[in-house]
Amino acid sequence: MARYAAPGEPGSIVTFQPRYDHFIGGEYVPPAKGQYFENPTPVTGGTFTEIARGTAEDVDRAVAAAEGAAAAWGRTSPAERAGVLNKIADRIEQNLEAIAVAESWENGKPVRETLAADIPLAVDHFRYFAGAIRAQEGSISQIDADTVAYHFHEPLGVVAQIIPWNFPILMATWKLAPALAAGNTVVLKPAEQTPASIHVLLDLIADLVPPGVLNVVNGFGVEAGKPLAQHPQVRKVAFTGETTTGRLIMQYASENIIPVTLELGGKSPNIFFADVADSRDDFYDKAQEGFAMFALNQGEVCTCPSRALIQSSIYSTFMPDAIARVERIKQGHPLDTDTMIGAQASNDQFEKILSYIDIGQKEGAKILTGGERADLGGELSGGYYIRPTVFEGHNKMRIFQEEIFGPVVSVTRFDDYADAIKIANDTLYGLGAGVWSRDGNTAYRAGREIQAGRVWTNCFHAYPAHAAFGGYKQSGMGRENHKMMLDHYQQTKNLLVSYSQNAQGFF
Amino acid sequence: MSVQERRPRPSGKRVDLTDAAADLLRRLTGQHGPLMFHQSGGCCDGSSPMCYPLGEFRTGRADAHVGDLTVDGVDEPIPVWMSASQFEYWRHTHLTIDVVPGRGSGFSVEAPEGVRFLVRSRLFTDDELSELDDV
Repeated sequence: MARYAAPGEPGSIVTFQPRYDHFIGGEYVPPAKGQYFENPTPVTGGTFTEIARGTAEDVDRAVAAAEGAAAAWGRTSPAERAGVLNKIADRIEQNLEAIAVAESWENGKPVRETLAADIPLAVDHFRYFAGAIRAQEGSISQIDADTVAYHFHEPLGVVAQIIPWNFPILMATWKLAPALAAGNTVVLKPAEQTPASIHVLLDLIADLVPPGVLNVVNGFGVEAGKPLAQHPQVRKVAFTGETTTGRLIMQYASENIIPVTLELGGKSPNIFFADVADSRDDFYDKAQEGFAMFALNQGEVCTCPSRALIQSSIYSTFMPDAIARVERIKQGHPLDTDTMIGAQASNDQFEKILSYIDIGQKEGAKILTGGERADLGGELSGGYYIRPTVFEGHNKMRIFQEEIFGPVVSVTRFDDYADAIKIANDTLYGLGAGVWSRDGNTAYRAGREIQAGRVWTNCFHAYPAHAAFGGYKQSGMGRENHKMMLDHYQQTKNLLVSYSQNAQGFF
Repeated sequence: MSVQERRPRPSGKRVDLTDAAADLLRRLTGQHGPLMFHQSGGCCDGSSPMCYPLGEFRTGRADAHVGDLTVDGVDEPIPVWMSASQFEYWRHTHLTIDVVPGRGSGFSVEAPEGVRFLVRSRLFTDDELSELDDV
């Protein structure tokens, strides 16, 4: 086991500034109203930096900077923009360990995860879109012998991106990489719960991006996010968050007639067909791991496999193994490299999870393990830790229908294939799902019948850049990742050209 | 916050609020004018009651009007809404809007105060269920 020194302690490999302003037009500028808010780490609950409290004035300034940079950036060649993205990726990779520690301290997630997943995925994402924009082509349609329709991709202009707190840097990257590759300029608002780590990243890459192309305005949703989403010069809003705010953003977008991309969460079913237990082999072990994936990132993932559906015929043997697997998840200091589950990202998140554990019990669900806060002692007593929790109940219970966004899975059983699909689709959401079976036909059919944008089949929680991610139903609209994301950040320009010498014949 | 402050106040049928939430709503009404709630679902700041200036959030056929909160010192009752499809999964539970220290809540107006509205729930009794009007 190794423990990274906490930021601010002697020997730490990363240092946060005592204060972060807005990053606008290539430089840091203080907030117009001069106000700041404290930023605590969920690891201990202690404040480690303060952040500019942005308002509409700051948003106006950032959008103006982005607007000013849009024409020149939009005219750069794909090769030039790809070069910038590749340099960003290289710079992140060279500083991966420091960024990973910053992200862990900011969000409470284990450094094991930021070292192995969040930050390497961010690096890969920038490289993927650097490649994708080089390879993207327009099209030519031959309308008749003398008429040709040319289709060009053009950037939208200034795009607004509102980032969630569960993967602060990776989620910012998911939005930034395709937007910048496509030639847009960006005003990005980090979540107010996790506003600082993105600035550690910015300190490293600011010199690579022309002034005004990437702007960051901090602040609260109501004070900074709302004026950004409403801004008349913004040509698109991309948001990850929850349903009510998603609707409000669509409402604002309708006022400006601009597109939105919304990623609004889920209640992902994770289905285990009986044949997974045909043998106690490596595949069975993989499926058991798949069950325990609900605790990844403290359950703070929109695609958390928070409903486990186990076929009745194996329930009595599968579940004891699964519980034992969950109980081996190591909870501890997020900066310990052995820690598998760290702190919930904020106090209100912590309280909300406890309120769901409460209503789950009131509804009659049975706690099979966990079900309480974890007091890890010492300085960690001030942090927000919850034991991985397994509930047993039925799909009409609220803990089966609402996104708890914590390390909590609700387990039920199903009798046959039809029953599994019925339960899986009995939800308002459709973001992710998992299917586990040794039978390829069963897995394929289930994957096609489940109403969700991403069905992990015999795996879970993998997020490669080259696979489309997004929701059905109330989980949102649009996709992230994959080269198709470029389309979400581009206009189509059609030139309809006649090469004929003859009049068209109307007049 | 003391237990006394957290005790649900007797108002409304499906939805109540704690004294602490009432205090906050009085202050927020002073700052923003009349208010409304819309209970959110899903993702990072979700599954939480979002508080907006009245009319800021457009409700429609897809929404259920769950109840109104009466707050001493606030002229008009504060309506509480939820998406109708979500309400179908919630209708057997009584809701109490509380407030906890926290940060971040979409565009909800309380976040800059360093607090966060939170829903606490309990099951309705059979007697209560028989007396409820359909929403």
